Amino acid sequence: MSTHAATHDDAQHDDVPKGFVHRWLFATNHKDIGTMYLVLALVMFFVGGTMAMVIRAELFEPGLQLVQPYFFNELTTLHGLVMIFGAIMPALVGLANWQIPLMIGAPDMALPRMNNLSFWIMPFAFLLMLSTLFMPGGAIAGGWVMYPPLILQTGESLAFTIFAIHLMGISSIMGSINIIATILNLRAPGVDLLKMPLFVWTWLITAFLLIAIMPVLAGAVTMLLTDKYFGTNFFNAAGGGDVLLYEHVFWFFGHPEVYVMILPAFGVISEVIPTFARKPLFGYKPMVYATASIAFLSFIVWAHHMFTVGLPVGAQLFFMYATMLIAVPTGVKVFNWVATMWKGSMTFETPMLFAVAFVILFTIGGFSGLMLGLVPADYQYHNSYFVVAHFHYVLVTGAAFGIMTGVYYWLPKWSGHMYSERWGKIHFWLSVISVNVLFFPQHFLGLAGMPRRIPDYNVAFADWNMVSSIGGFVFGATQLIFVGNIIYTVYFAKNQAPARVWEGAHGLEWEVPSPAPHHTFSTPPEIKPGMLAHGDIAH
Amino acid sequence: MSQQVGSYYVPHGSRWPIIAAIGLFVFMWGAAHWLDGITPEGPVLLFSGLAILIFMFFGWFGEVIRESLKGVYSAQVDTSFRMGMMWFIFSEVMFFAAFFGALFYSRGLQVPWLAGEGHGALTNFFLFRHYTGGWPTNGPASVGGPFETVPPWGEPLINTLILLSSSVTITIAHHALRDGNRRRMLPWLVATPILGMLFVYFQAREYMDAYTHLNLTLHSGIYGATFFMLTGFHGLHVTLGSIMLWVIAYRAWRGHFSKEHHFAFEAVAWYWHFVDIVWLGLFLFVYIM
Repeated sequence: MSTHAATHDDAQHDDVPKGFVHRWLFATNHKDIGTMYLVLALVMFFVGGTMAMVIRAELFEPGLQLVQPYFFNELTTLHGLVMIFGAIMPALVGLANWQIPLMIGAPDMALPRMNNLSFWIMPFAFLLMLSTLFMPGGAIAGGWVMYPPLILQTGESLAFTIFAIHLMGISSIMGSINIIATILNLRAPGVDLLKMPLFVWTWLITAFLLIAIMPVLAGAVTMLLTDKYFGTNFFNAAGGGDVLLYEHVFWFFGHPEVYVMILPAFGVISEVIPTFARKPLFGYKPMVYATASIAFLSFIVWAHHMFTVGLPVGAQLFFMYATMLIAVPTGVKVFNWVATMWKGSMTFETPMLFAVAFVILFTIGGFSGLMLGLVPADYQYHNSYFVVAHFHYVLVTGAAFGIMTGVYYWLPKWSGHMYSERWGKIHFWLSVISVNVLFFPQHFLGLAGMPRRIPDYNVAFADWNMVSSIGGFVFGATQLIFVGNIIYTVYFAKNQAPARVWEGAHGLEWEVPSPAPHHTFSTPPEIKPGMLAHGDIAH
Repeated sequence: MSQQVGSYYVPHGSRWPIIAAIGLFVFMWGAAHWLDGITPEGPVLLFSGLAILIFMFFGWFGEVIRESLKGVYSAQVDTSFRMGMMWFIFSEVMFFAAFFGALFYSRGLQVPWLAGEGHGALTNFFLFRHYTGGWPTNGPASVGGPFETVPPWGEPLINTLILLSSSVTITIAHHALRDGNRRRMLPWLVATPILGMLFVYFQAREYMDAYTHLNLTLHSGIYGATFFMLTGFHGLHVTLGSIMLWVIAYRAWRGHFSKEHHFAFEAVAWYWHFVDIVWLGLFLFVYIM
């Protein structure tokens, strides 16, 4: 295929739409839309990051320094919503947009115009959400989970935030439909389901999760809306309602949502480790089945987020055991990553460094998750900084590191230039050290009893908070290196990246030139032996 | 505007998605303003957004229809459309699942707990010792005042028969279309949205009756909340489904559909069956039981 498709593609390279409006606002090209998703995610990463910096500055020492308590609560709430819906999810969708068609030999996404709509809803949704910061009464401040009855006391901003969440849900559902249709319908002949790269598999399963849960979130926040504005009594005990109803519906969305954020990152890591270990992925099929098992289990564990609300003991036991079960497929994954590295001829370029850090640090986050999943232990940890430490390990050193791995790994393919390896390594080492200085002490704070979502605290917690804040500032500043490296690679780098950027890389995306032409695989590629990363599997 | 590459149709850029995004934003922005009592900005924005969205639907779908009639869509593109519609309906299933879940949870767990069932349910002991639960209920404080429920064997039964018949009529029309029998297809196809509108009419009457005679309102505790949320969202879907049916009826009359190519027809038919099945769940769990 390479010769034929490459010449064909080159002929179409001039086909890039002229002018900003036609190229970006009217975009139907999966690469352009992927780029827009990634840029949006990076911008929102810094918006949410700025909020985190203010939070850490306020917590630098006991007492109120910078901000008022209510504004502090607005920041923790919006930090969560912005990072989840604005940074992690769009970044993963951006990776999916760029890579899935390239990896399965498809000309584009299955529904290109809907793809554009999925993206362009997002900036408007965040306009709607962030505008509430400037409203009378401020933004919502009851935490990103928006539990009633507290959240129903919000002023004008609640309706705006809820509609913003509706918009994000519409965007996610359409994006997921597109990803499923692309994967199931547009694979090149020869790319069987069990020959697909693992990144494609994880996104297929993630897209299914998203279509199943985003409508449920929409339902939950719609009930908040009607309780506040239309006088319904879903969450009012006097009317026969129950605030726990909201928590159940919300976490039915919320728990699969955390897998939405981590499964595609698993996929990235499963691509990167074999490349730099120069060995095929160990246990390809178990990886696929483990991903599917995690997705299934994610639907029957939601109440482990609410062990302390007074559930019947039987329910607590069920949700505890189901939660413990998730450790099995996750253990399979971690084992397989390590086994892939075993006796590999490894090199440690920046993506591999991030991938190895991911495996270690995500596992720490997984273990603290197991601790939280134990009912009696959770009675102690609940709502403490231990929880904050746990989910930042899985989301920052897990999901965000996974995204950074993917960006370093594929940026040469997207831009046609090599990023600066030296600055990539500096970014990695500063990040990996500072992120542990930032979050590891929060375990201690939580175990010592410091509650989350507070602007002021007992002086007993002063030392570790200061350490954590210092780590936070370094981690935040370090991310400017990431941006600098990306800008350098895209606009200033003179070097030319080869088609197969990494010596050990296999898969269809490495068969097209770097940078990938505007249109690739306009005709389906002919799959030759050894072209696919998992080509010798299942046959 | 468009370009055929290889075997798969990749459109060459379109202004409709960004118009849709702007329309949705203006609509939602207006809705939020209106809810917060900011008038006239709220209604003005909401209706402007709605106007943009309607304009967008005509434009976007019109473009797709023109492309379809020109024959640029291969069988593979058709499959993508079908998958899109199926997974969209799955998302709708999950949306209703959230409200059915709320109904089952309220009725099966939270109301009995409020009435003192189970161990350690202290809310009843401290606050609502007089409350005995049961279903229907508007809670320990009788929020919204005493009310009666809608008897299932009146308008709800008529509506069940109407929707079931409409599922039959659309299926007859579909078979007629596949046989290439246009003359038989059109009356059955037109009958379907008429039945849909009849359903909406009876539901509106039922709602008015509930508000004026039964004192069953949105404020009637958890029963009123689940009742109106479930039946209301379903009614909204019947309304949208009827509009979609009118659109394909018009397109069928214009001769857009052939024996082999009628994705729009089938998509609307699937949607209509889905709305029908949701209603059966409602009839059973909301009205009868």
